[in-house]
Amino acid sequence: MAKRVAIVGTGQTFHKSHRPDVNGQELINEAVQRALADADLTMKDIDAILIGNMDHFEGINYVDCWSVDGCGGVMKPVIKITTGGTTGASLAIGGYHMVGSGMFEKVLIIGWEKNSESDTTGAITTAFDPIWDRQVFAGAISGLAAEAQAYMARFGASDRDGARVSVRDRKHAMNNPHAQLRKEVSLEDVLASPMLADPIHLLDVCPRSDGACAVIMASEDSAEKICPVPDWIWGTSAHNTYSYLGDGDWGRLTSMEQCAKEVFKKAGIKEPRKELDVIEMYQPYSFAGLIWIEDMGIVGHGEAPQFVWDGNTDMGGELPVNPSGGVIACNPIGATGLIRCAEAAMQVMGKAEGRQVPDVKFAVSTGFGGCMWTNMLLHGKRKPN
Amino acid sequence: MAEKEQLIIESGDAAQPFKYAVGMHGSKFFTETRDNMRLMGLKCPKCGKVYVPPRGVCGKCFVEMDDWVEVGPKGVIGTFTILRFAFIDPETGQQKPVPYGYGFIKLDGADTLLQHYIDIKDESKVKIGARVEPVYAQERKGITRNIEYFRIID
Repeated sequence: MAKRVAIVGTGQTFHKSHRPDVNGQELINEAVQRALADADLTMKDIDAILIGNMDHFEGINYVDCWSVDGCGGVMKPVIKITTGGTTGASLAIGGYHMVGSGMFEKVLIIGWEKNSESDTTGAITTAFDPIWDRQVFAGAISGLAAEAQAYMARFGASDRDGARVSVRDRKHAMNNPHAQLRKEVSLEDVLASPMLADPIHLLDVCPRSDGACAVIMASEDSAEKICPVPDWIWGTSAHNTYSYLGDGDWGRLTSMEQCAKEVFKKAGIKEPRKELDVIEMYQPYSFAGLIWIEDMGIVGHGEAPQFVWDGNTDMGGELPVNPSGGVIACNPIGATGLIRCAEAAMQVMGKAEGRQVPDVKFAVSTGFGGCMWTNMLLHGKRKPN
Repeated sequence: MAEKEQLIIESGDAAQPFKYAVGMHGSKFFTETRDNMRLMGLKCPKCGKVYVPPRGVCGKCFVEMDDWVEVGPKGVIGTFTILRFAFIDPETGQQKPVPYGYGFIKLDGADTLLQHYIDIKDESKVKIGARVEPVYAQERKGITRNIEYFRIID
């Protein structure tokens, strides 16, 4: 009964730091309407809804309840998935499982966040253990800074190497009308921006955004009827690594390594650097653009800085990373992982407009969050065997 | 009322206190630091990995642990950062004093890292691999702040 699954439509809001003109339900509805229009479907065609955001950010947790009118869920199955930073990617994987099971033909997947409605660092801290993790913790930035320190110590990378990634993503964001931060920055700008937590400067990290994203998945029974070039999901993987922050293998993202091995094996990909055409990575800060492409197996350990400096991950390079501008340019957290998935789908479908990479056959999207966990989807133009 | 006025409703000073159980393993760890100034970890009977903070199960082997071993008191900085930006500490509702040293300490004999404050009086000494030791609070209440911070000793 298992079915092949494809993405047949995507929709996003124009993400901003603050959207006081809409409440959560209205924000969600914007993305849903755009996804339905993109797929040329109506709510009548949708069999179930998956929705999620990051618990505690808005202090109102039951989005599966209060958003029903806006998300289109009246008298339909609505399921919430919330897994911190990976929420959006978990939603996509959940949708893949639902449609792939053969029990739901078309599923609408929604990730959203209104980061402007609370203190982001305060909210993130509540995701961590109150006894062992919170005393010294300072939101996402403290853990990421500890990762960057460990990577620099292991492989001799510098803060200039990190800054080069920020410069790339902010440049790419110029091509994406949905990105929040659309202003280029220079290496000097990044290095001169305030030091938040050594070695991370303000311009090394993501902003906080209000925004929503919706994706429609359909089974092989209808995907090609809905959409001339659907984005086929070739494989998914998800791995979590620890209970407490101090348990991690700092300076490496072992969950990324494991996910990459699994999804590349499923598709028979042996040389991801050559066989992938584009990556949309949940990269919440610049150094992740170095560390995590090593763990993904694109280049060897310690080789990412040179690979990035040589322009290989820029638009027009061998393997462009984050044509959308990525998370550094825009981060409505519960939507962020799903935006990566939608952007990768748009690349495969040839709908990425000003940020289109030519002739994409394989794309990877990822999610990242909490206990250094990774979610990954492999997207392809060809229908899987 | 202006046509496009967009209203924001604030929650004000609303507070919701929580009471967290530390559990039997955490309770032993904190009573040992409080009464004996000893740091204790739990050792997996299968893989031999020593966990600090202690917890009941080795996630990898998925077996119960009850073999307590003393670790530290000295260790090395596994990784760290120095927090320099001000933010609201959800534990207190107040702005957290910055800068402060955020250490991941690998205590001698432990295989995981304990998060704690590190002394940053001399920032040039704060490095991965630097040796550290705990500085205990005079008055110890059975919490993570039984240890005030770790200080660099070389």
